[in-house]
Amino acid sequence: MHKPFPKLWLWQLLLAALMFGLWWALTAGNILPPFFFGEPLKVVERVFAWFSSGAIWEHIGITLLETALAFAIGTLLGLGFGLWLALSPTASALADPYIKAANAMPRVVLAPIFAVWFGLGIWSKVALGVTLVFFIVFFNVFQGIREVSPVLIANARMLGASRRQLLSHIYLPSATAWVFSSLHTSVGMAFVGAVVGEYLGSSRGVGYLILQAEGAFDINTVFAGILVLTGFALLLDALVSFAEKRLLKWQPQHTERAGN
Amino acid sequence: MSLPKQPKEAAASGAALDFRAVTVRFPPRQKGDKAFTAVREATLTVGAGEFVSVVGPTGCGKSTLLNVAAGLHRPAGGEIKIFGHVLQGLNRQAGYMFQADALLPWKTAFENVILGLQFRGMAEQEAADLGNYWLMKVGLGHAGDRYPHQLSGGMRKRVALAQTLIVDPKILLMDEPFSALDIQTRQLMENELLALWQADRKSVLFITHDLEEAISLSDRVVVLSAGPETRPIGDFQIGLPRPRDVAEVRLTPAFLELHERIWHAMREEVLKGYAQTLS
Repeated sequence: MHKPFPKLWLWQLLLAALMFGLWWALTAGNILPPFFFGEPLKVVERVFAWFSSGAIWEHIGITLLETALAFAIGTLLGLGFGLWLALSPTASALADPYIKAANAMPRVVLAPIFAVWFGLGIWSKVALGVTLVFFIVFFNVFQGIREVSPVLIANARMLGASRRQLLSHIYLPSATAWVFSSLHTSVGMAFVGAVVGEYLGSSRGVGYLILQAEGAFDINTVFAGILVLTGFALLLDALVSFAEKRLLKWQPQHTERAGN
Repeated sequence: MSLPKQPKEAAASGAALDFRAVTVRFPPRQKGDKAFTAVREATLTVGAGEFVSVVGPTGCGKSTLLNVAAGLHRPAGGEIKIFGHVLQGLNRQAGYMFQADALLPWKTAFENVILGLQFRGMAEQEAADLGNYWLMKVGLGHAGDRYPHQLSGGMRKRVALAQTLIVDPKILLMDEPFSALDIQTRQLMENELLALWQADRKSVLFITHDLEEAISLSDRVVVLSAGPETRPIGDFQIGLPRPRDVAEVRLTPAFLELHERIWHAMREEVLKGYAQTLS
């Protein structure tokens, strides 16, 4: 693979600077009203103030905790149900229409219900994240198990594998590989669940900060919140890439996933 | 090992594999289609310690015969006896080497080799020793910690061979195991297989579409008719002296004479099989 041009990162940085410059010029020159579009310098200042005072950490901590819990619980549930339904044709035939319906439903509308059930603390956000993560993992595992090569199964059976050994040596590792292939998407979804949950009603978290600022028409703080969220989303994604490399070392280096 | 080693005489109460009028049908793909009869009343034996190859045109149901012998596919008619006992369920006396890659990609070469021992619940240290011994034996002592995708096609086949042989099966079922390899690697692997086989004379049923491979390896070559409704139509003793070198034996007059005789019996079926792939 050859690089499109040398020092790509430098140009990428320049592009970011250019965008901020454009934003600044448009709002400072009053071509775009700063009241609605914010002022980049004040946004940066706000972000800086958050970090220098340390006030932001409590909120980031909450949001990341919700993300982690939603991801862990959603993945475990998805893995369990995926394995179970993939290996039991009767159960999967029975559950099929309901799973399709539950997946088709826009699950964000569940947020108010979760708020009623679990209160305004972290658990209503975790629940929303779980509903988002669950289906991604579930469908990946389900498909992955269905597509395990019959030759692998036949070979293991000829080598004397019992049903339980088939599960632990073939189905489970195969399913785990599929969970990892959807890791980027599911971690992202857990984050979305946490932030949207906070935005819809909470007392802490980055989503809460954005909600508060919006209520006060403080558009700069809204942008600052978005900037912080984006930064941490990128950080999570890098973390996932790192984990992927460590845990899937048996896989041939696949081409970088496209987009997202 | 779970099966104690027995003297050859005790094991040889009857042929290792005895197909008696075995018929194999596959259910119709769609409603209204007729069931597909892959094999019709095939009768075939593999004696204890005998190396038998089955050759036949492409798509004639050779692999189906192996799956029946392995107990992976139940025949619709007839029966198959293993050392005199009618086979029910999986064939626990047989090792099966598949045509396709059957190594687990998430396990290293070493972990793949000892898989069968793990399934049998062998103690960890004992299994590790045996695994290392077999890795050495197939010339991969240095590559035990590599994953299948880091191995070449020939090395993967060596791992598969060690994986199959480490549990010491009495019968070896091989489904075109070397067909994906280049010709040099293939002959190396064939010689290696012969050397391993010579050491303890397992009963081998070897499937191939390559007549030269069949003759150079076997004690006996069975020719199958073109499918569907495949059955054996020729049975040839291969009296070539052992030990053999598969590359050199091909140049001897005896080999060429056998090749001509068997090819004569096969030719018509191969043409038939080829015509079917065109229609």
